Amino acid sequence: MADLRTNLAGIKSPNPFWLASAPPTNSGYQIMKAFDAGWGGAVWKTLGVPVVNVSSRYGSLNYRDNRMMGFNNIELITDRPLKDNLREISEVKKRFPDHAVIASLMVETREEWHNIVRDVENAGADGIELNFGCPHGMCERGMGSAVGQEPKVLQTIVEWVKEVAKIPVITKLTPNISDITRPARAARAGGSDAISLINTIQSVIGVDLDTFVPSPNVDGKSTNGGYCGPAVKPIALNMLKNCAQDKQVGIPISGIGGVENWRDAAEFILLGATSVQVCTAVMHFGFGIIRDLKTGLERYMDEKGFKTIEDFRGKALPNILHWEDLNLKYKVVADINKDKCIGCQLCYTACEDGAHQAISLSSDPADRKPTIIEENCVGCNLCSIVCPVEDCITMERRDDGKQHLTWGDRTREGNLPKTFDDPLAGGLHHWVPEPAEALAKVKPRHYKG
Amino acid sequence: MTDTEAYYESSRCLYCYDAPCINACPTGIDIPLFIRQINSDNKDGAAKTIYESNWMGHACGNVCPTEELCEGACVYNHQDVKPIEIGRLQAHATDRVIRSKKKLFRTGKDTGKKIAIVGAGPAGISAACELRMLGHAVDIYEAKAKPSGLCVYGVAPYKLTNEEAVDEVNYLQEQFGFNVHYNKPITGRADFEKLEKGYDAIFIGIGLGGTSSLGVPGEDKQGVIGALEFVEELRMKQQKTPVGKKVIVLGGGNTAMDAASESCRMGAESVIVAYRRGPEEMGAYGFEFDLGKKGGAEGVFNVTRGEVMGDKAVKGVKFIRNKAAYGKIEAIPGSEFVEPCDMVLLGTGQGKQVELLEQISGVKLEHKSRILDDRGRLVVNEHFQTNNAKYFAAGDAVNGGVEVVNAAAEAKKAAHGIDQYLKK
Ligand SMILES: Cc1cc2nc3c(=O)[nH]c(=O)nc-3n(C[C@H](O)[C@H](O)[C@H](O)COP(=O)(O)OP(=O)(O)OC[C@H]3O[C@@H](n4cnc5c(N)ncnc54)[C@H](O)[C@@H]3O)c2cc1C
Ligand SMILES: Cc1cc2nc3c(=O)[nH]c(=O)nc-3n(C[C@H](O)[C@H](O)[C@H](O)COP(=O)(O)O)c2cc1C
Ligand code: SF4
Ligand code: SF4
Ligand code: SF4
Repeated sequence: MADLRTNLAGIKSPNPFWLASAPPTNSGYQIMKAFDAGWGGAVWKTLGVPVVNVSSRYGSLNYRDNRMMGFNNIELITDRPLKDNLREISEVKKRFPDHAVIASLMVETREEWHNIVRDVENAGADGIELNFGCPHGMCERGMGSAVGQEPKVLQTIVEWVKEVAKIPVITKLTPNISDITRPARAARAGGSDAISLINTIQSVIGVDLDTFVPSPNVDGKSTNGGYCGPAVKPIALNMLKNCAQDKQVGIPISGIGGVENWRDAAEFILLGATSVQVCTAVMHFGFGIIRDLKTGLERYMDEKGFKTIEDFRGKALPNILHWEDLNLKYKVVADINKDKCIGCQLCYTACEDGAHQAISLSSDPADRKPTIIEENCVGCNLCSIVCPVEDCITMERRDDGKQHLTWGDRTREGNLPKTFDDPLAGGLHHWVPEPAEALAKVKPRHYKG
Repeated sequence: MTDTEAYYESSRCLYCYDAPCINACPTGIDIPLFIRQINSDNKDGAAKTIYESNWMGHACGNVCPTEELCEGACVYNHQDVKPIEIGRLQAHATDRVIRSKKKLFRTGKDTGKKIAIVGAGPAGISAACELRMLGHAVDIYEAKAKPSGLCVYGVAPYKLTNEEAVDEVNYLQEQFGFNVHYNKPITGRADFEKLEKGYDAIFIGIGLGGTSSLGVPGEDKQGVIGALEFVEELRMKQQKTPVGKKVIVLGGGNTAMDAASESCRMGAESVIVAYRRGPEEMGAYGFEFDLGKKGGAEGVFNVTRGEVMGDKAVKGVKFIRNKAAYGKIEAIPGSEFVEPCDMVLLGTGQGKQVELLEQISGVKLEHKSRILDDRGRLVVNEHFQTNNAKYFAAGDAVNGGVEVVNAAAEAKKAAHGIDQYLKK
């Protein structure tokens, strides 16, 4: 049986699934309920000088009938007094001694940092997370992402915290920066034991077409918020990979951003995360999703023969190279399984209008199954991505696997296109010789007029 | 369909290229486009897309045999996934504009030409709308007190209510400003001559006649009525329509099936559909028969009706069993039996308006059966023009009785035929 126990820089938890610092960790009651449901850890809603929030606070990006593909909020840190939170931290730890309770903190002065670190340690917290990520509200006051975007300031604050902290310190990073490894390195330089990423991405989630007010609407006005949910996962994975591959970062990582099911979690772990944190999915579906997260990851680990999280953590990292190190000789082309094809012709129109005109239709309108024109196919994957039938279009290898030549190799050999009309270009002879004739032929039958 | 259901269902559409559903719709509605418009909360746009191809958009969304048409062609069928509910989405979008009374179309520039239309059924109304788009003035002469033809008097009421059918016509009339003269049947030569004098062209959309007789002894007994007349009465009187305890429906077409389903629904204790061949050879769509069976109707196959039994009122029908031999049906001697009943519905198809149509000078009829019986269909060319150049026709009167959607498709083409003719 897979062992899900996790140890992130000394913070131990029964499994790698933590609640991210957010509304689900607002109170001791919620965190106890989550631990009862099976969550392994919780990062407390960020503590500091309590704030006053607006109403309304959230906006959603829906895709067709799928709600909350992306999620946006304009909430600030906790609005509850520190002493209430500290009391509840103690209560949770008393009831759940083996679960991880991490206190997220955001204050201003060195003295404030020192005091609050001591307070949460005394309350029994297992670790501290420094919130340098909030992209709205707090940064205007010199906190949150205003710190996360200034590696030097970030390092100084981490140093202040480390002056007093006895428990492990995690630095939470903002993605609102062009190179995530700079604040990550600064966190390490300041003595941080671990990093966590990503916080929310600055966003305007949408504009109401009738009121002209973006969402969320606060008395006819709005403001930029922080974006999260399933749609941000690819951005989070990339930043995770950048930090995990950077030797100068070199400290454990808690992965955050768009985790909803065990598959997402496994991807974060494969790219180097030791624990994962979840917010939007719990705000959408409640604590109960932990059952799928745990059983799914267990089953996956058993199937692959991974006994512990460490057995597969970072396993995908060696497979992400720089573009110039990819093999230019590798060649795949699309292949349509005509037994599975349902004749929607989405692959045709996608390739025809959006890619390389490498799919043709039968001249018999009754035969709706398209055919790949192999010599035009560049192996881009687009058709196989748009095809609504699972495994109907597969990408088949056409090179013999013996040759390996990268852009880097070619650079070293001086074998690169250098002028605008260089015959070494990849897209030679790729044009439609008689557009007028071709256009007349491909006009869809149902376009009116 | 609620807004939420429409949203979910429209989300499923794949937006196929050159979509097979479009090609399976006789009016060629751009289905993926209107579904996408529903999904992006542009229902006016969706309704416009529908009406541009089909002036009976709302009726069709409700009454089309979609399993056989658009939905039957949906690619999801090849994946064993439920096809998109195109008909219901179509009805949803059109319902919203009909209720909001939003005007979507502007009539064409006045041409000064006038066209008379005989019959305010699907064919007549569709022709009227299209002619108004082309700028011609239109007067419709309708025998009955309500528009919409068999949509009101024939189609099973669970598919489309009278109010819905009439509301759609009123909605179209508001936008297009054609005149309808109700209770004004065109009865013979004199009427036709008047129309010929007063109008530049005449469109015939009179459909078929009432139920044709069986030619069976005893069919004049009390309790024997046409299936069509039964459904018509039901649509007008609803619950007050008398229905027998034991009902026998003769025939295997869709009208017979509708009548059988409705009899079950109205509380008949037993309903038997009697057909002279096997179930697979019935003219009715499979799903229509299934619906009847679900309601409690039973099929008795390979029987020929002999005589309708009874004194004044019907008491039963005498049948003789058949066997198929060399493609023909043969009676099995000695296999006669009497099935008791107190009501017989003749689903034997509609008659024809031969006598009336023959009074148009130069108009030819075709006596070749395409559907069930020997029907007098009007002969037209590809522009739906008859042998008398001034007369055009479409719908059941021409095709011998198919569906509303066919009437709508043909009438649109006929209107363009008229437009071309008037330009000459
Ligand atoms: C019982 C039954 C069920 C059906 N169910 C369906 C269904 O589920 N789905 C479907 O798509 N189709 C169905 N149909 C077929 C469909 O109703 C017809 O194909 C369609 O209505 C044909 O339209 P039309 O305009 O050609 O004729 P009609 O609908 O017959 O309209 C003709 C109009 O002309 C008028 N008229 C006739 N004679 C004269 C005259 N001399 N002067 C003035 N006016 C006249 C009539 O009163 C009527 O209003 C059904 C038909 C029947 C009989
Ligand atoms: C395959 C692909 C290639 C792209 N190449 C370029 C490019 O060469 N130059 C550029 O300015 N943007 C490029 N973009 C970005 C797009 O122009 C666009 O800014 C981006 O996709 C966001 O728009 P969308 O998601 O709404 O389509 C590319 C996008 C894709 C998907
Ligand atoms: S997208 Fe897939 S199912 Fe659709 S036509 Fe292409 S191969 Fe067939
Ligand atoms: S008109 Fe009828 S066949 Fe055509 S799309 Fe609408 S419901 Fe389908
Ligand atoms: S065939 Fe089905 S999925 Fe494709 S466009 Fe038509 S309704 Fe949509």
